[in-house]
Amino acid sequence: MNHERYDDTYIRGILDEVKTIAVVGASANTVRPSYFVVKYLISKDYDVIPVNPGHSGREIAGAMTFASLTDIDRPVDMVDIFRNSEAAMGVVEEALELDPLPKVIWMQLSVRNDEAAKLAEAKGVKVVMNRCPKIEYARLCGEIGWAGVASNVISARKPKLQQGFQRFGINRHTKAGQ
Amino acid sequence: MSSNQPGFSTLAIHAGAAPDAATGARATPIYQTTAFAFDDVDQAAALFGLQAFGNIYTRITNPTTAVLEERVAALEGGTAALAVASGHAAQLGVFHTLLQPGDEFIASNRLYGGSINQFNHSFKNFGWNVVWVDMADEEALKNAVSGKTKAIFLESLANPGGVVIDIEMVSKVAKAAGVPLIVDNTLATPYLCRPIEHGADIVVHSLTKFMGGHGNSMGGIIVDCGTFDWIASGRYPMLSEPRPEYQGMVLAETFGNFAFAIACRVLGLRDLGAAISPFNAFLIATGIETLPLRMQKHCDNALAVAEWLEAHDKVEWVQYAGLASDPCHALAQKYLPKGAGSVFTFGVKGGYEAGVKLVSSTGLLSHVANIGDAKSLIIHPASTTHRQLTDEQKTAAGAGPEVVRLSIGIEDVADIIADLEQALAEI
Repeated sequence: MNHERYDDTYIRGILDEVKTIAVVGASANTVRPSYFVVKYLISKDYDVIPVNPGHSGREIAGAMTFASLTDIDRPVDMVDIFRNSEAAMGVVEEALELDPLPKVIWMQLSVRNDEAAKLAEAKGVKVVMNRCPKIEYARLCGEIGWAGVASNVISARKPKLQQGFQRFGINRHTKAGQ
Repeated sequence: MSSNQPGFSTLAIHAGAAPDAATGARATPIYQTTAFAFDDVDQAAALFGLQAFGNIYTRITNPTTAVLEERVAALEGGTAALAVASGHAAQLGVFHTLLQPGDEFIASNRLYGGSINQFNHSFKNFGWNVVWVDMADEEALKNAVSGKTKAIFLESLANPGGVVIDIEMVSKVAKAAGVPLIVDNTLATPYLCRPIEHGADIVVHSLTKFMGGHGNSMGGIIVDCGTFDWIASGRYPMLSEPRPEYQGMVLAETFGNFAFAIACRVLGLRDLGAAISPFNAFLIATGIETLPLRMQKHCDNALAVAEWLEAHDKVEWVQYAGLASDPCHALAQKYLPKGAGSVFTFGVKGGYEAGVKLVSSTGLLSHVANIGDAKSLIIHPASTTHRQLTDEQKTAAGAGPEVVRLSIGIEDVADIIADLEQALAEI
């Protein structure tokens, strides 16, 4: 797996497939990027589980926080890692102890650990590194363009309007291969 | 279909513009509205806190304007863009985000006269100090850098003389100084030159000119190239320090490689207010669909007119980087291989009176203070745009008594030449 560049079909497939996302390193501080991601993914109807030992038993953006991945009371489809590249190894090792295994390990922007990625991929777990699921979702659904940000997606299909006026989903055809 | 990225012409038409989500309208709708209904209170709070993407108020974002922004960002190869009311507003937005009172920036002395005025006078009132440099002189540029320098600014193809600057040389100086390089790409457009590929960190445009292309709408834009590390620098507090307007958010940390464009929007445009009209954004975005076709025709026509003028016995000289005889020709070949744009100057024999007579005698070329229209335009700077200056100042600004500026349009070139021929015969 080439981790320098991901096809949009790979990223869209992951965001379409997973339902439950554990966010390791989620912050309760409402101006931190990890809080933004938790809040945004909840608004896209994911079951988001913040993981933060300093905040366990309390809510972040309305979601109950757990102290560790192994404490979580339900199967996790994707583990999103808000820790530095070195610390990502420990998180991946813990994630690979889960039963059932998560389908996806996702490391945030600036987080990359190729050794940990190999461990996960050897067990058939998909890996994304150095990306943000909020940005990727907003890019693929078209919402990010509202902020003048280049989505790098072109499509002759209209965005999928979710509930309300200002929420898009990601299921549509785009120019292939992007 | 291939996995290749879309080409320039495809992006010019499609970038930013999927069918409308609500109606399926295939052309970009003109969202001529000031405000947008919130889905619920929670979504409203998320929008105000910058936690969600969406529209609140057209001074800050608008879906029609967003199409223009994403399109220009894609064409320039940037991460994001912010469209504003004019090219001047774009420059104000950029420097408002970068500079504090007492800071300096270095600017090329070969700039559009309106920018020279803005930097010399209005910016002085904010305590932002411009240092002018001849960017053909690398040593002079290096010597101009001081501890107060916060940015370097140049035009990729300078108005009015069509001077080409060695962008990569200036970029090296900017990187050594640890400051962003800002390039005004108005006259070149991304069809002829993409400054990001030569080391620019921020690109600005007057969209009023070739990008819109039809002389019908004012607009400007700021493109974030996503290349400058604001956190590592630490010298730009609007980006790297907690912002009191947003409960202590650090914009560079939250928005990463498109933080500059976001800062210009949520700190600059929000408070300075120079928003573009959605109708103008629609007209400019529509104009950009034909940018590749128009720019090539502009360049081809301009070269033919310049070559014809160079051989005319009533013409003293022609300054156009597309001519092999021009001192900027080698740089133009490197930075603008498809053509040297369509704005250039020439000297008419007979000085001031001959210049006035010439611009008074054209029948097809319009006598106006603008450039970058589909129509061919002509002006005599000494009697119009530069008339307040002394004779010495006029000559220094490239607006001596004999100078005539052309902006060659996309009419049939034989008709443009025929009109100049009959007008020159009147002298």
